[in-house]
Amino acid sequence: MSVNLKRFPLGLNLRDGVVDMTHGSGGRAMAQLIEELFVKHFDNDMLRQANDQASFQVPAGRMVISTDGHVISPLFFPGGDIGSLAVHGTVNDVAMSGAKPLYLSAGFILEEGFPLADLERIVSSMGKAASETGVPVVTGDTKVVERGKGDSVFITTTGIGVVPEGLNISGDLAQPGDAILVNGTMGDHGVAIMSSRENLEFETSIESDSAALHTLIANMVEAVPSIHCLRDPTRGGLATTLNELAHQSGVGIRLQESAIPVQPAVKAACELLGLDPLYVANEGKLICICPQEDADRLLEVMQQHPLGKESAIIGKVVEDQHGFVQMETSFGGSRMVDWLVGEQLPRIC
Amino acid sequence: MKYVDEFRRQDLAKKLSEDIKREADPERQYNLMEFCGGHTHAIFRYGVQNLMPFNVRFVHGPGCPVCVLPIGRIDNAIQMVQQHDVILCSYGDMLRVPASNRKSLLKVSAEGGDVRMVYSTQDAIKIARENLDRQVVFFAIGFETTTPPSAVAIKQAQAEGLKNFSVFCNHVLTPAAITNILESPEVREIGSVRIDGFFGPSHVSSIIGSQPYEFFAEEFQRPVVIAGFEPLDVMQSTLMLIRQLNEGRYEVENEYIRVVSREGNLKAKGLVAEVMELRRSFEWRGLGMVPYSALKIKKEFAEFDAEKRFDFPAIQANDVKGCECPSILRGVKRPTDCNLFGTVCTPENPMGSCMVSSEGACAAYWSYGRFTQPNSEQESVA
Repeated sequence: MSVNLKRFPLGLNLRDGVVDMTHGSGGRAMAQLIEELFVKHFDNDMLRQANDQASFQVPAGRMVISTDGHVISPLFFPGGDIGSLAVHGTVNDVAMSGAKPLYLSAGFILEEGFPLADLERIVSSMGKAASETGVPVVTGDTKVVERGKGDSVFITTTGIGVVPEGLNISGDLAQPGDAILVNGTMGDHGVAIMSSRENLEFETSIESDSAALHTLIANMVEAVPSIHCLRDPTRGGLATTLNELAHQSGVGIRLQESAIPVQPAVKAACELLGLDPLYVANEGKLICICPQEDADRLLEVMQQHPLGKESAIIGKVVEDQHGFVQMETSFGGSRMVDWLVGEQLPRIC
Repeated sequence: MKYVDEFRRQDLAKKLSEDIKREADPERQYNLMEFCGGHTHAIFRYGVQNLMPFNVRFVHGPGCPVCVLPIGRIDNAIQMVQQHDVILCSYGDMLRVPASNRKSLLKVSAEGGDVRMVYSTQDAIKIARENLDRQVVFFAIGFETTTPPSAVAIKQAQAEGLKNFSVFCNHVLTPAAITNILESPEVREIGSVRIDGFFGPSHVSSIIGSQPYEFFAEEFQRPVVIAGFEPLDVMQSTLMLIRQLNEGRYEVENEYIRVVSREGNLKAKGLVAEVMELRRSFEWRGLGMVPYSALKIKKEFAEFDAEKRFDFPAIQANDVKGCECPSILRGVKRPTDCNLFGTVCTPENPMGSCMVSSEGACAAYWSYGRFTQPNSEQESVA
């Protein structure tokens, strides 16, 4: 009796195999990919039921849902990869409402020819991020596109969560007089990505700040339930996100440049590349706007959390019908901090 | 950050600001033109204008290489990509500049054209080495600062025998443009606008030295202070210009002694002279045709000259009607005097040259300074 009755007699070649069209065809190859790669790393009861959907009891309260597509290049960068980013990004988007994130779904679009070893590295990192944050990936989808019709791998994650009673956090609630806080240094993620781009390799010790902020936010809303706005300054950086908030709330913002934390290495890289750190992306940072009288207590709570040690109060909300963001420069002058125009491109001189 | 923070110290800025306020004669106006986009950028980014008394005004000149490149030349670059299938290597901020028919290099790239952003000519050479079956063209733009690296790349390509590399040369010259501004009727006519003094470029001067400015300081009787690009450099140089004007002097002074000498970088100048020569005339966006204001690649290096290799037509593309860039570049008008400013012309959708790069006067006004514009009592009252 030497007949092999295993469902997949030959394991996936995770060492030097590649994604091919059969992995998205809905047949046995796809089932094997799901079982030996995705379920293995995302392992949880709901996923193991192998249904096309995950079902769960709905807790009382207000639910939030958020979705985010990840198309980053390079896939692996100092301090993270597309997998961990896909978890952190969506967990953060859910948590910025004050919600406790509960579950994630993940959609993969794979390009034919993509090495299975890289895919496993990404999925394992994603699984690790999900288990560390305590927000499991409970359902998912895989598609394969022909070579040349994608760029290695795209991941879309959707998250849901529940907002605790008594919170009302939204981008349109900033009030003149409110204080503006951030939980740490600006621009780390963008500079880490740039440092590993193919045409721009430079040596740096800067790592991406990619992190899930929901535990920090849980501490913050518990201590100061009166928080008005929370938002993560991802693409477009601090400057663009503050402009969004000012516009949504119909207020102006005044920043103190000297109070905005920026790592010296990030500052130096930006000087060299002709970029402004205020416009460079972050993946583990948040902007919080709260009543002035709660700001000091909130700052203290933030600084006690590992992801908020370098938190700072960076400015205040003012009345301004134009919704302008202005900044007192460290030099002693003042200037406007505008929306990012197009993509940030390095200057010639 | 060492070697940077020293030139951005608030305490020194405050002191300089007080010195300037004390020494500037309230009975007169000081219109000081910074030629270079780098200075414009520093003035806006650090808010230097707010530290000045009401009668010291910065006039933003044409020294942004991206802004002054005529549309026709960008059309030429696009033609090379689309008709000759070249790999076009360009510095970053050139990519967004609008060409004819609402095109830009970014859009051409989106349509499948092979346009690559590079940080130096060395990146372009590397791309040529790695793509021997394709033609690689470096889109060379800029003033005297970016010219030597282009010359080096041509020499290097020649030494290596790289047959697929060429340079589309658009290098322009600073002194010719300053002379053109001072000679224009608007500036010369009595009672019209006055430019009282100039900030000399910093990086450009590190190559050409301070000597080339001596002629027009003398000829046009205007003081020139060569200034570094840090905000304290700009303030110190402002004070130096005010002192010259108060004393009736018109000399070339050098604030940027940590980099600029009278002779400049002889080796770099030698390299440029070996590979390039003067063009009889070159079009500047906003200024029109300016005689002897640009460089072309010498005959001996013709095989590395994209203009020879691809033989494309000179394209005459007109600026948008109603655009005040020509007057703004000469300091005759301000960005806010233009009817297009902020209405149809914004950084997202630039109509004129001054709006295309963050160093252009209009874009800098828009991005950093427009909150002070609606009510400029600061300038008219006091």
